[in-house]
Amino acid sequence: MAPITTFHYLVVAAALFVLGVIGVLTRRNVVIVLMSIELILNAVNLNLVAFSRLWGLQGQAFSIFVITDAAAEAAVGLGILIAFFRNKETVNVDEVDLLKW
Amino acid sequence: MQPVATTFFFYLLSGLALLGGVLVITRKNAVHSALALILTLLALAGLYLMLYAPFVAGVQIILYAGGIMVLFLFVIMLVNLERSQKEEQFNKQWVIGTIAAVGTGILFVLVFVKSRELPNLVREHVAQLPEQSNTQQMAVSLYGNYMFTFEIASLLLLVAMIGAVVMAKKRI
Repeated sequence: MAPITTFHYLVVAAALFVLGVIGVLTRRNVVIVLMSIELILNAVNLNLVAFSRLWGLQGQAFSIFVITDAAAEAAVGLGILIAFFRNKETVNVDEVDLLKW
Repeated sequence: MQPVATTFFFYLLSGLALLGGVLVITRKNAVHSALALILTLLALAGLYLMLYAPFVAGVQIILYAGGIMVLFLFVIMLVNLERSQKEEQFNKQWVIGTIAAVGTGILFVLVFVKSRELPNLVREHVAQLPEQSNTQQMAVSLYGNYMFTFEIASLLLLVAMIGAVVMAKKRI
């Protein structure tokens, strides 16, 4: 079989990214939208680590920062979700229209 | 020494990751989505190991599959999702959203194919850095070159923690 090159990893990461974007754009449930954002961040991480095999350790160091960012984003996003659910008793994205008129 | 069955494991792990991703965005029950996301995260940790990045693979398992997913499952238990399971799961613009996302993906692959670095990308690579000292190298990198970034990341975590506590409080 053909050897696995960096290009293969980039294609897998692009596919994961597309799945995440589809989830963000089409799902109505806020929890699943947040999970799709995690998918997108993981695709970015896979890209960074794949490139770090070519050009040194910087990519891996940066992927640690991306994971930190994902943790912060998940905590704040889920906090907002709880606050919103307490007021509106729903988790649908298209019912979040307080700033719309 | 040449590693064994690398091609097979690459296709197995990336197939599992993509299967988990598809399940995340199609399942009706949010708990099933969370379990599928854990499958994706573990498969990605395996891919990191294949890319000679054992430290990132460990952080991925401990922080993502251990920490963030527990947070998700707690919130799924806190909010009552039974009503939203009976409703429509996809919004009205799902066709155009899917087309736009797939178009973005095709654009990415085109950029890779047309890139000037393509001969570098399709060459077979052996890791430049020894796997055994990867964690030490990461420590030198994080506490040396990227120390300022590291401090900013800790500040970001502090701010996010305060924000999450304030947001989830009953009365502010």
